[in-house]
Amino acid sequence: MLSIKNLNKTYHTEEGEEVVALSDINLYVADKEFVCFIGPSGCGKTTLLRITAGLEKPDSGTLTVNNEPITGPGPDRGMVFQEYSLFPWRTVLKNITFSLELKKIPKSEREKIARDFLKVVGLSKFADSYPHELSGGMKQRVAIARALVNDPDVLLMDEPFGAVDAQTRNRLQHELLNIWENKKKTVLFITHSVDEAVFLADKVVVFTARPGRVKEVINVDLPRPRERTSFEANEVREHLLASLGAEIQAAID
Amino acid sequence: MGQFLDIRKRILEITSVASAIIIWEIIARIINKKYILPSFLEVVTAFLELASGDELYRDILTSLNFFVIGMGAAIAVGIPLGIMMGWFKTFDKAVDPIIEVIRPIPPLAWIPFAILWFGLTQYAAGFVIFVGAVFPILVNTYTGFRNTPRVLVESGKVLGCIKNRDLIFRIALPAALPSIATGVRVGMGVGWMCVVAAEMFGVRTEMFGLSTYGIGWKIWHWNSLHHMDLVMTYMLGLGLIALVIDRLFRYIVQEWWLKWQTGVVV
Repeated sequence: MLSIKNLNKTYHTEEGEEVVALSDINLYVADKEFVCFIGPSGCGKTTLLRITAGLEKPDSGTLTVNNEPITGPGPDRGMVFQEYSLFPWRTVLKNITFSLELKKIPKSEREKIARDFLKVVGLSKFADSYPHELSGGMKQRVAIARALVNDPDVLLMDEPFGAVDAQTRNRLQHELLNIWENKKKTVLFITHSVDEAVFLADKVVVFTARPGRVKEVINVDLPRPRERTSFEANEVREHLLASLGAEIQAAID
Repeated sequence: MGQFLDIRKRILEITSVASAIIIWEIIARIINKKYILPSFLEVVTAFLELASGDELYRDILTSLNFFVIGMGAAIAVGIPLGIMMGWFKTFDKAVDPIIEVIRPIPPLAWIPFAILWFGLTQYAAGFVIFVGAVFPILVNTYTGFRNTPRVLVESGKVLGCIKNRDLIFRIALPAALPSIATGVRVGMGVGWMCVVAAEMFGVRTEMFGLSTYGIGWKIWHWNSLHHMDLVMTYMLGLGLIALVIDRLFRYIVQEWWLKWQTGVVV
């Protein structure tokens, strides 16, 4: 269970200006829920995810995971970044064993665990490849495996499929849902794509233009596996587009 | 096709070196003064004569000894200092002004103090080489650390790599390795320059009795006796040794440490 109460975050630019990134955010995410964040660029959704990861600190407000306040990065939260974030000097397998090495798990055991996760993301053949030998979509799959191997309760994903082509993206969405259903994680997923949000999420959180506030939370009660082009999906999509469109207009103005 | 290009490249290389030698030979014959420009054949003769005795090997070993002392010290100081300055901002701010004052001083200007502090020993020569090599290593290590992609550091943190020590050795150091390797290579280049200058003063070592040896020393020695064919021999020898060591270093680094890189950066 993840709970965010009255959270605020303001940045100070070098010129001394104040930029309010997040204003009075309140959010509650149940265990094993798949939540998508959507909003205009610069609305603070990445900041919220980074605060949840423990990479940044809020100015005020509380953020708890399983009733424990977040003070820094922790093994209960895994993160997949928008940019390619694999360690280029480690092979695919060694990227996945990274966190297990820190936990001092013996080599044979951690490699066995890593191979299992590599199988989950369908990249067993690439265990000994270096990241530069992989395509963008493969890199992100390894990044997902690397985050999962730590067995976090919450998986934070910052537009992880933003840089891959549309077809790969659809396949990755399917794979992610499979993993989510099998491993039963809470997922916070940032996206710019309404289609992606409607396909993936139990709950879509729409952010306003800066300063970022929660505009509305839409429950997507569609049965899974979902049909991307179903009538119901289109209805949700239409609602989301209208809601988001107003904010994007506001961001431009 | 690839093989064909490879052969063509080789032929081109050989042709280029051969033409340079031929032009050298022709010019030397036109000038026809051995003490102004010895010809290629004269240098080869001088080299063969030299190589038949053990003097040349003593010179090479002596110079290598200085080089290893200087480079060893430069690596031992430059890399840790660069890491500290690259990672800890306060340390950087405290040390940087001192470095910036010392860095522009040419290494050769240190020769008087090197002799004063270490006497005419291998350590005096090593010190001058150290001063020349340490800054390229330091600066490149520092830059490598500073340029560690933020997303890699944050990925590490999220995966449980929190302590400075872990972040430095598990993330920043491997990320900075290409830059550090470049620093060492540049440092070695400057180091060879300093070998010649440092040996000018006839640094003595215990290695081969009381006579003075060293490639740099011999360049000056034969110069004072107007034996320009031998000066040229030692010059070319120095270049060759520096080249071999650089290639060896590049090969080792590329094969062992930087296999993960896409392109050939080093």
